[in-house]
Amino acid sequence: MLRYTARRLVIAVFTLFIIATVTFFIMQLLPGTPFNDEKLSDEAKAQLEAKYGLDDPLVVQYARYMANMAQGDFGNSFYYNNTPVLGILLGRFPVSAFLGFQAMVVGVFVGMALGIVGALKHNTFWDSTATVVAVLGISIPSFVLGPLMQYWVGVKLGWLPIAFFDSWKHSIMPSIALSVFVIAIIARFMRTEMLEVLAQDYITLAKAKGLSALGVVLRHAVRNSLIPVITVIFPLVVGLVTGSLVIEQIFAIPGIGELFVTSIVVSDYFMIMGTTVFFAVLFVVALLIQDIAYGIIDPRIRVSGGKE
Amino acid sequence: METGRRATLTPEMFEPVGMDAQEGERIAGPPSNFWRDAWRRLKRNKVALFGLVSIVFVIAAAYVGPLISGYGPYAQDLSVRLQGSSSEHWFGTDSFGRDLFTRVWQGTQISLYIAFLAAFIDIAIGIGYGAISAYYGGWIDSVMQRIIEILVGIPNLVVVILVMIILQPGILTITFALVITGWVGMARLVRGQVMQLKEEEFFLAARSLGAGTGRLIWKHLIPNIVAIAIINLMFTIPNAIFFEAFLSFIGLGITVPQASLGSLVSDGYKFLQGDSYLLWFPAGVLCLLMISFNLLADGLRDALDPRMKK
Repeated sequence: MLRYTARRLVIAVFTLFIIATVTFFIMQLLPGTPFNDEKLSDEAKAQLEAKYGLDDPLVVQYARYMANMAQGDFGNSFYYNNTPVLGILLGRFPVSAFLGFQAMVVGVFVGMALGIVGALKHNTFWDSTATVVAVLGISIPSFVLGPLMQYWVGVKLGWLPIAFFDSWKHSIMPSIALSVFVIAIIARFMRTEMLEVLAQDYITLAKAKGLSALGVVLRHAVRNSLIPVITVIFPLVVGLVTGSLVIEQIFAIPGIGELFVTSIVVSDYFMIMGTTVFFAVLFVVALLIQDIAYGIIDPRIRVSGGKE
Repeated sequence: METGRRATLTPEMFEPVGMDAQEGERIAGPPSNFWRDAWRRLKRNKVALFGLVSIVFVIAAAYVGPLISGYGPYAQDLSVRLQGSSSEHWFGTDSFGRDLFTRVWQGTQISLYIAFLAAFIDIAIGIGYGAISAYYGGWIDSVMQRIIEILVGIPNLVVVILVMIILQPGILTITFALVITGWVGMARLVRGQVMQLKEEEFFLAARSLGAGTGRLIWKHLIPNIVAIAIINLMFTIPNAIFFEAFLSFIGLGITVPQASLGSLVSDGYKFLQGDSYLLWFPAGVLCLLMISFNLLADGLRDALDPRMKK
């Protein structure tokens, strides 16, 4: 287990290293300098470049960039009053994390419920309903679902606030819009796993020895179906981040997703790179957790060193 | 009564009718093959068939629509700005007075083009990479798998956005961005399949009979992974459609005046309060396309590979 974990860890660190390096060279490729202001004289520009070390050789700049990044210094944002990127990111993180967490919890529970019902009532109306919900959830993009909810629930019915993030009520619609994707994936997965588990001999045994129907489902079927759900942690985190980019934009929520899209629009390069690296760290950690959790549960993966 | 019946049984009645050894081997119907079986299974799946029909419909509309509308996709007419659906403009007009019906189908063309192109390149690279990795094995496989392991850890969201920032936005850039990470899944799938096929007896037989590398790959490996490649292709296309629309929505996609379904949804969203039809028409086509591809992909998976039912 230790060897397996160490191996995963090395790969994770190496991945981050590559992403950081690539972002550095992309920064070099970008046209112009941060000091493209017409009002600056050449002399002033040179002075500024010297001050920020932009006239140093590439290797020196690269080493400094990596050292800074390792300490969490992603540079300063041009757009947000020259404040450090990391500070802005950390300030906005709680909002996105809250939204993502809420969506994840709702998604996992509703998805599991749908999947379980679908499997237990296999090939009935309930099963079809669960399948339809899963297909719709995967097919309808969040940037269509968000406006749809705003229009009907927000404007026409007036039940919930359309935008901004002032109270918990404001988080309901964006959370639901985000969670639909999670619901779809979990429901699909759960249904397949449950169907497989329900056909096993130990379920028949549990029934035969007289356990209640609920007992069989909860204690044996659901429990055993849950193990493979770990394999979807990574895709779910990626999906939630992708969704948050548009959902936060649509609902005007001051989170990291909204920040990122704004930075792209105003070409705030340090902010873009900082956020990209931030996302990369998030994804790499999610993948690491998934791999290690899977290694603990399924010893075969540890031995072969990787999953197929 | 009893005796009567016994009397009717004569030895002549038990004469052999004479069996033709060939008769049992006669093939009653036309011979079936893998693809015909798959098509038969798919036809029984009404939901998947609906997906197929509506994909054909959308593709046809995308190419016929702009021709029959009588308007150019970029032709502006400021005197008819923001008009709702009418007999003149079936989907209404946008804020520049352009015909939305024409623009939606033109956008569908571009979305489909990007999705198909990206998916096919994915498959081509994926099959090549996966097959080589698994076929040669050993250190080649090790190196190639380490590369994949690292690429898998970098989510396409990050890569796609980085690529879109440094390159000029446009159709080919989006395709390129989608392909960079897209092929990895296919490569892993193909590698797994080829590893399995290599252990099969027919493969050993072909090798013992002296088949060369080219023949082994083209005649014995590739035909056996076509099914899995098609299934993967059908899941890749809606994914690519989604990602293109997503990029256009956050402002990294198609540049004006060109339009894709994603950029039309994005433009239409700005008019959600007053002229929401600008959002619903492109969004409707986008959702129909996504749903249809996902349904067909599910159906194809069941039809082509009944074991893979997941």
